[in-house]
Amino acid sequence: MPPGGLTGRVIRANDTAIMTDTIAVTSLPAGVASAGAPAVFARGLTKRFGAVTAIDRVDLEVPHGTIFAILGPNGAGKTTLMRMLATLARPDAGAATVMGHDLLTAPGEVRGCIAMTGQFASLDEDLTGRENLVLLARLWGFRGRAAWARADDLLAAFDLADAARRQVRTYSGGMRRRLDIAASLVVTPGLLFLDEPTTGLDPKARQGVWRMIRGLASSGVTILLTTQYLEEADQLAARIAVIDHGRKIAEGTSRELKAATGSGFLHVTLADTGQLEAARGQLARLLGAPVQHSPEGGALSGPVASAVEANRVLGALTAAGIEIAGFSMGSPSLEEVFFALTGNAEAAPEEGGR
Amino acid sequence: MSERSNEPVSAAWVTIARVARPPRPSALSNALGFGWRAVLKFKHVPEQFFDIVMSPVMFTLLFTFVFGGAVAGSASDYLQYLLPGILVQTVVFNSVYSGMGLSTDLDKGLFDRFRSLPIWPLAPFAGLMVGDVLRHLIAGTLILAIGLVLGYRPENGVPGVVAGFALLVAIGFGFGWIFIVLGLVIRTPTTVMTMGFTVLFPLVFASNIMVYPTTMPAWLQAFVAVNPISLTTTALRGLMGGGATLGEVALALIAPAVLTLLLAPLTLWLYLRR
Ligand SMILES: Nc1ncnc2c1ncn2[C@@H]1O[C@H](COP(=O)(O)OP(=O)(O)O)[C@@H](O)[C@H]1O
Ligand SMILES: [Mg+2]
Repeated sequence: MPPGGLTGRVIRANDTAIMTDTIAVTSLPAGVASAGAPAVFARGLTKRFGAVTAIDRVDLEVPHGTIFAILGPNGAGKTTLMRMLATLARPDAGAATVMGHDLLTAPGEVRGCIAMTGQFASLDEDLTGRENLVLLARLWGFRGRAAWARADDLLAAFDLADAARRQVRTYSGGMRRRLDIAASLVVTPGLLFLDEPTTGLDPKARQGVWRMIRGLASSGVTILLTTQYLEEADQLAARIAVIDHGRKIAEGTSRELKAATGSGFLHVTLADTGQLEAARGQLARLLGAPVQHSPEGGALSGPVASAVEANRVLGALTAAGIEIAGFSMGSPSLEEVFFALTGNAEAAPEEGGR
Repeated sequence: MSERSNEPVSAAWVTIARVARPPRPSALSNALGFGWRAVLKFKHVPEQFFDIVMSPVMFTLLFTFVFGGAVAGSASDYLQYLLPGILVQTVVFNSVYSGMGLSTDLDKGLFDRFRSLPIWPLAPFAGLMVGDVLRHLIAGTLILAIGLVLGYRPENGVPGVVAGFALLVAIGFGFGWIFIVLGLVIRTPTTVMTMGFTVLFPLVFASNIMVYPTTMPAWLQAFVAVNPISLTTTALRGLMGGGATLGEVALALIAPAVLTLLLAPLTLWLYLRR
């Protein structure tokens, strides 16, 4: 593509984006004015890297004003999907509109109403937190004092005022994450992409980021986030799409996903963890379904149709010499949902990853 | 919406989330923004001055006093010959920095953020160039100052030095593109540096920077004669010391012009490819 032609197109694209925004800004975030279409509408999105199909014919519909989670293990394709929707990667097949603009023919308009916080902090480590935000404010068109004022507002809202004049390389993980999200809000986006916003954070910092995400959503920003944490999707998102190996394998509210897995789950706590393997084999045979075990190996769970079946299974386990310390029946956790969907316990790590 | 998002919207979030977007800035304003970033880097990473001038200072001192007598009869005569060449060497070696910085930014995901902004696509590169030009001018001034202390005399005076520095910036700008392209395709900054020096070392040493080519074997002399580093050094000696011809300066400018014409579009293509 010739440089001149491209520059010209991007400039024109954004002039129109501004006009719609000035109308929308007082009441709604950017881009919502072009209502009707959902925030994201994708059909058959596909992205290949050589022999690897990172995203395989994914359909997605994200309604305005909600938090939508894409849940999947490491390597599932979450980042690739998000980068495509944020105009950073070109789909090999499929089509999508983002905030009503076509991803392929109007990437400039799309950029005008989205912001993305990537999986790894996209900050200049050498600059101070304040300078990072001022740079972005200038790039968005805030001039002089207005750029500094915008940076200071954001720093205050994200609890970073005290660290504003320190180089980012001295920041903790949680502070970086907050600054990185603040950097996406220099101009309020209609749609905010957050790629694994809490991966690698300690529980307290994670709570802080969750509060921020809820605050933003309640002020009208549509949020599409990815996560490896089932709990995070459960806590934050109105709807959840589960992806694995580039395919969307399920979608719904967390309640729907749980319901889809089966009516009930039997949880068995073992008296002797040494019997884990034997117990697991027995249980899987008795239930006729895959069984998963808790990380420390003391508890097993699997789907049962009814209390009568549970009773029969427990009796058979005891008869086989497995000592049971306790048991309960309940609806499945999201982990169990994920396990049932992917058939792979290792694929759904509760902690860790990068 | 989930049950939990009924929490009251705090006032802070409303001010944060309801900001009016300013009018779209010009391409120049975008470029200046990135230029400001380059200047901040000098402020926050003063160690880089050490990096960019230490090795040329060592070269100047060692070559002048160790080889000066042998090559040119006396240390002071040799300094007169060597110093313009050291300036060229400094600028060419320092042109690796932008590529390394770019590689770091790409690796850190910073460029993903820039690419997802509605800005002039070349603005981030303009910022790198601002950093480069500043770096070349600062390093050049320091080396020249040390040269003056040691006894180097630019016979053409201030106009000669100004013209010489303009030529240095041009050659640095041209070579900078090589490493920007490498920075775009190689994700590890140290690899960019290693590859850079692998390319640059033979170019810099098989030139007329340190010694008269007349003592070299004929095949090497043929290379040295067309080596852009030699052409630049010859033109710079003439501009600062006297006797530069228009032809020499034009020859020196061929390499930066060709590099820019070829690599600037390639840079933009690599950057926008997705
Ligand atoms: N730039 C790339 N080149 C080659 N393969 C890639 C690239 N980016 C991602 N992949 C591959 O695509 C798949 C999905 O990756 P990714 O989207 O990063 O997953 P996630 O974010 O869910 O961990 C992985 O198999 C990964 O190795
Ligand atoms: Mg990822």
